[in-house]
Amino acid sequence: MVRLLDYLLIAGCIAVLLLVSHWIGQLAYSWMPLEATAEAQKVDSLFSFLVSIGTFIILGLVGMMVYSVLFFHAPKNDYSEGHSSRGDIRLEILWTATPTLLVLWIAFQGFNIYQQLNILGLGQIVHLHTPLKSEPAYAVASNDKPKPTSETIEVFVKQWDWSFRYPNNVTSNELHLPVNLRTRLNMHAKDVLHSFYVPVFRLQQYIVPGRNINLVVRPTRTGKYTLKDALFSGTYFALMDANVQVESLEEYNQWLTKTEKEPKTRKNQVLAEYSQSPKTWFKSGWYTVVPDQRAITQSALE
Amino acid sequence: MENIIGDRESSTSQNEPENNWRPYFSFSTDHKVIGVQYMVMSFIFFLVGGLLAMLIRAELITPQSNVVDRPLYNGLFTLHGTIMIFLWIIPFNAGISNYLVPLMIGARDIAFPLLNAISFWMIPPGGILLLSSFLLPNGTAQSGWWSYPPISLQIPPGQPINGELIWIVSLVIIGISSIMGAVNFITTIFWMRAPGMTFFRMPVFVWSVLSAQLLQLVNLPSLTGALILLLFDLNFGTQFFKPLENGDPIIYQHLFWFYSHPAVYIMALPAFGIFAEVLPAFSRNPLFGYRSLAVASLGIAVVSIFVWVHHMFTSATPSWMRILFMVTSMLVAVPTGVKAFGWTATIWKSKLHLETPMLFAMGGAAMFLLGGVTGVMLAAVPFDIHVHNTYFIVGHFHYIVFNTITMAIFAAIYFWFPKITGRMYAEGWGKLHFWLTFISANLTFFPMLPLGLQGMVRRISSYDPRYQGWNVIASLGSFLLGVSILPFIANMLGSWLYGTRAVNNPWHATGLEWTTTSPPPQDNFDEIPVVKRPPYDYGDPKYSVIESPDYHQPEH
Repeated sequence: MVRLLDYLLIAGCIAVLLLVSHWIGQLAYSWMPLEATAEAQKVDSLFSFLVSIGTFIILGLVGMMVYSVLFFHAPKNDYSEGHSSRGDIRLEILWTATPTLLVLWIAFQGFNIYQQLNILGLGQIVHLHTPLKSEPAYAVASNDKPKPTSETIEVFVKQWDWSFRYPNNVTSNELHLPVNLRTRLNMHAKDVLHSFYVPVFRLQQYIVPGRNINLVVRPTRTGKYTLKDALFSGTYFALMDANVQVESLEEYNQWLTKTEKEPKTRKNQVLAEYSQSPKTWFKSGWYTVVPDQRAITQSALE
Repeated sequence: MENIIGDRESSTSQNEPENNWRPYFSFSTDHKVIGVQYMVMSFIFFLVGGLLAMLIRAELITPQSNVVDRPLYNGLFTLHGTIMIFLWIIPFNAGISNYLVPLMIGARDIAFPLLNAISFWMIPPGGILLLSSFLLPNGTAQSGWWSYPPISLQIPPGQPINGELIWIVSLVIIGISSIMGAVNFITTIFWMRAPGMTFFRMPVFVWSVLSAQLLQLVNLPSLTGALILLLFDLNFGTQFFKPLENGDPIIYQHLFWFYSHPAVYIMALPAFGIFAEVLPAFSRNPLFGYRSLAVASLGIAVVSIFVWVHHMFTSATPSWMRILFMVTSMLVAVPTGVKAFGWTATIWKSKLHLETPMLFAMGGAAMFLLGGVTGVMLAAVPFDIHVHNTYFIVGHFHYIVFNTITMAIFAAIYFWFPKITGRMYAEGWGKLHFWLTFISANLTFFPMLPLGLQGMVRRISSYDPRYQGWNVIASLGSFLLGVSILPFIANMLGSWLYGTRAVNNPWHATGLEWTTTSPPPQDNFDEIPVVKRPPYDYGDPKYSVIESPDYHQPEH
């Protein structure tokens, strides 16, 4: 009878834990930024799933620890012994096998979602076009044809500036993308490693100098977002932001024609900061690479 | 059954604590002296690294760059990471392992005492050299503790002696010291165990030291080699890692992480070992599932050799590599989970004593769960692509390196303080230290998780104002964390000088180190003990780990 009650109690605790974990997993969606691609939704559902499982484990074990502290406290100065059980082989097998299955399941979920990102174009990331000899390991299988894209934009990054060249040879410091269309980004780094990161797209990719790295992105939500350099790239790394404008195809084309007629370059924050003494309490005056004054599209082509 | 009472206040102690500080400043070959040297030295570097962290947090309390200029900020986080890893946690672990391993396995010293002393004495010059780069006209290395080329190769022209060079040289020195230390530990554990001390009678702490040191031996040469190649690229015009001159910067990342991911386990395994010693002693239960916890240490070490690419999911790695390393990285959770379940089961239905070491161990084990769970999340490629290089990563690994490992280190210091010094620490100050640390560590590191999810990139000295809220909490938390160390220092210094005398075994703990005097004599044991019983013999009416060799012959 007592045993049955124990099992019921354990089952009840697990049920409550499951409910709470599920609830926190649902909350997890709100911890993420806006979702501006279909990929973002997939990533967020994976995150929610991981948060649910994680919450279950953390609350379960921390709950047991807190329960122990509250109810198994020994009287002060009573250092007599507890029980002498050294383990329970069934329990140990259970808690080795269950996590193994659990992580394999999580890995499978991760793989699944990764495959779906593939369909949506993220798979193109690994399209390392090193046209010359090297790197057979990275060679792309012949059936892995790039999916058709509506636009191709050249992305140039250097210390410390992003610039984008559009099909009609318009160059800008802003990344404009047509909504609901697949756009190919051909990315080039001039000096050091950089990382293309747009949090609302849930997309990040290192850009390696000397390699062409492609990314296909299909934004699903119009708006103004931020592109960041996520990989430390030197002195003015913190200023490596660029605006990302996702808009309808019409607006996009309008912007292209407008910018072709009256090119507009954003005032470069890095040059402004470099040309004056820092407004900080401590001024070390240590060495920094001098930011390149020229537009990157010119210098990159040299 | 005779009641066993706590005798931490014992006035009957016959032990004579020595307040002779001179050996600690000498070239001693006694593993106990070297252990204390390691621990005290690394603690001083911990204070330096913490000061740098507080400067970083001071800069981040506002969105603008207004405390330190950008090159200095980059130097601060570079040196903060380097110091905390290579001059605090790793040498502290070497110190506590040095002190405890021979005592725990019933040896008189470590296998190669002179080599041991040389290993130690390479670190202070290496560390001071690293700090001296603050005095160079162009300052310290500024490329982060990863020192990824080509950014790490951008040095002031015409200055062959620069921060980056000094960073490489001091890391190579410290690395060679660690490799020599690894040889010493492994040899000691294999060949110097007391009669009857079979592998499955070794405490889990010794198992975890063995696993960690095997990793040092297998993986550290990869980093040392990569750093030497980087030095050639930097000063001698080679092109190993220069992308525009036929080199490949991604190869550096592979070599770097082939060591630097296992380095996490080199740091964490001894911490897990400390939990396995402290938790049973204060719950009066045997360690639950001793054998599986012991084997799990080796399991973690083996699996962790094959996970390094999870730091490079966005480094233009092919898909098969991402998926493969996603699976291996997640598998680390299995042996680690075995440990966490074992700890929890140990304190279940026990007679808990919440002295300071236990508070730190339980606090560390609990916070480890968040560090571990976020780690499994990060192994999932699609999620990692989003939070890679953001504050989510920074929050995750600080939950490991501070909230788990440094908490374990504090647990170890309080637990073995009576053994090492022959005096008791002040319990009230210890508890104050714990609560300040536990609260402020969570205040500092938890906010980094939501910041990273929102896309705040790491290593930036100015940021978008919408991130400010969590940053203010983290910064204030870090200042409180800085304050929390003060009661610890006061307690340690005061107790070492004036604490009450400790008995041999104030916690009624099992383990050979508690059978000798506090502090142990020069040769550790009057007679080498003969081990007859399994470890963690709590729960028996009267544990007797050793029996006098007069009455028992060695088993073999």
